[in-house]
Amino acid sequence: MALLGLNETARPAVESPSPSGARRGSGPGRIRRLVLGLLLPLVLALGWEWAVRAGLASGRLLPPPGRILAALAGLAASGDLWVHVQATLLRVAAGFALGASLGIGAGALTGILPLARHLLDPGLQALRAVPSLAWVPLFILWLGILETPKVVLIAVGVFFPVYVGVSGAIASVDRKLVEVGRIFRLSKPALARRILLPAILPATLVALRTGLGLGFLFVVAAELMGASEGLGYLLVEGQQFGKPDQILAAIIAFALLGKAADTLLVVLTQPLLRWQDVARDVL
Amino acid sequence: MLTFQDVAKTYADGTRALAGITLSVAPGEIVALIGGSGCGKTTVLRLAAGLDRPSAGVIRLDGETIAEPHPGIGLVFQEARLLPWLTVAENVGFGLHHRPAAERRARVARALASVNLAEQAGRWPRDLSGGQQQRVAIARAFVADPRVLLLDEPFSALDAVTRADLHRHLLALWAQARPTILLVTHDVAEAVALADRAIVMRPRPGRIDAALTITPTRPSDPEAGLAARSALRARLEASLRAAP
Repeated sequence: MALLGLNETARPAVESPSPSGARRGSGPGRIRRLVLGLLLPLVLALGWEWAVRAGLASGRLLPPPGRILAALAGLAASGDLWVHVQATLLRVAAGFALGASLGIGAGALTGILPLARHLLDPGLQALRAVPSLAWVPLFILWLGILETPKVVLIAVGVFFPVYVGVSGAIASVDRKLVEVGRIFRLSKPALARRILLPAILPATLVALRTGLGLGFLFVVAAELMGASEGLGYLLVEGQQFGKPDQILAAIIAFALLGKAADTLLVVLTQPLLRWQDVARDVL
Repeated sequence: MLTFQDVAKTYADGTRALAGITLSVAPGEIVALIGGSGCGKTTVLRLAAGLDRPSAGVIRLDGETIAEPHPGIGLVFQEARLLPWLTVAENVGFGLHHRPAAERRARVARALASVNLAEQAGRWPRDLSGGQQQRVAIARAFVADPRVLLLDEPFSALDAVTRADLHRHLLALWAQARPTILLVTHDVAEAVALADRAIVMRPRPGRIDAALTITPTRPSDPEAGLAARSALRARLEASLRAAP
């Protein structure tokens, strides 16, 4: 085999590798970030609790954290909370799976094939501009009021950010990296698998996170379609029966579930992005 | 034998990048393409690599027309172009996908040892300096045993000491396996240090202006033939100055 017989030793002055280890978040750093993230909400919550207890505010329309937590604990103790959380999670999971799969497929198609791009993209971009609630009556008419229209509505919400993200990521893959694949005579499927797919992975994962967030946004609209369970149903019931503590308890449950789902997605996909050289770690 | 026969390249916007390039590079010969910016040096390399097709004329390797990337032709780009999601070892072995895993591992290990980066095998490209990345790119090109190696200013971003070391070892490699090397450079000293022959190119459209034989001074002791080397450099610089 023809190889360079290079024997020089490393020259730290001119060839010092970047200290990647120093960029990784340390344990104390993570705790500090967690504390910083919780600081403002905690101060506001405790301030409001104190204001209501001190009689400075009634807390009728905006209950203090103690009452909201009590409502949440009551729902949990009765088992209702789990029923509603489970219903919402199942709908989001099904809608996310459907919307993300279709979004990745359509994004890949329009990203790779110019004909598909010219054929599909204008129509999809127009549909993207349609407000989510505009679909509700149509889906009820077409699909009834059971689970199908809810899942489809969530899928619609997830589809568009994933589609735009994947399609845009493919369009912006570095030509120079594709040429590396060409020089080594990769077939088109191999080029897609070994160059395009890893190159678009970071943008795709961001698109999936955005899609997941929109999934939680759309599940509320979906649960307005005659649902009898789900966190969205708790919101509507709280409004109808004048129970702001229940509404806020449902909102908190939404926030916690959304954050947990996003964190899960990040944790599951982080190993795929170990190679990235990003500024986030040093900021 | 790598041959260019009356090769021209005109881009879709009408820009004439090359015209009438006729050139033969003998097996084992090192030819430097030298010239100012925009004289078509990189275009010549891209055509030889099969990344682009000529608008006219034909490029052949041992009689076989080059119209697309060829297994016997390797290319080292100006930038390392390592795939950031692959480790150093995976990058070096990137072009060996059709070979058995054991052979691939052995070749990659030897290649990395040869460029003194064996200890970096499991690291990401982001953890390497620019010079180290370029060494990985060179190892990636050599690991597949190309008959022709195209080098597109691969040393231009390196510091002088690393560049000189790589020059020496490239010549050692040439002496061992004698691959044909077509080297694009704008550095006269580099052309004199490495090449058997220097081809001076002129721009608008890119064409061959002059050819100088350098062989008598290479490969040799760096101290030997200093006067001859200086004279060649002066001649090459004069040719470049004469080019508009």
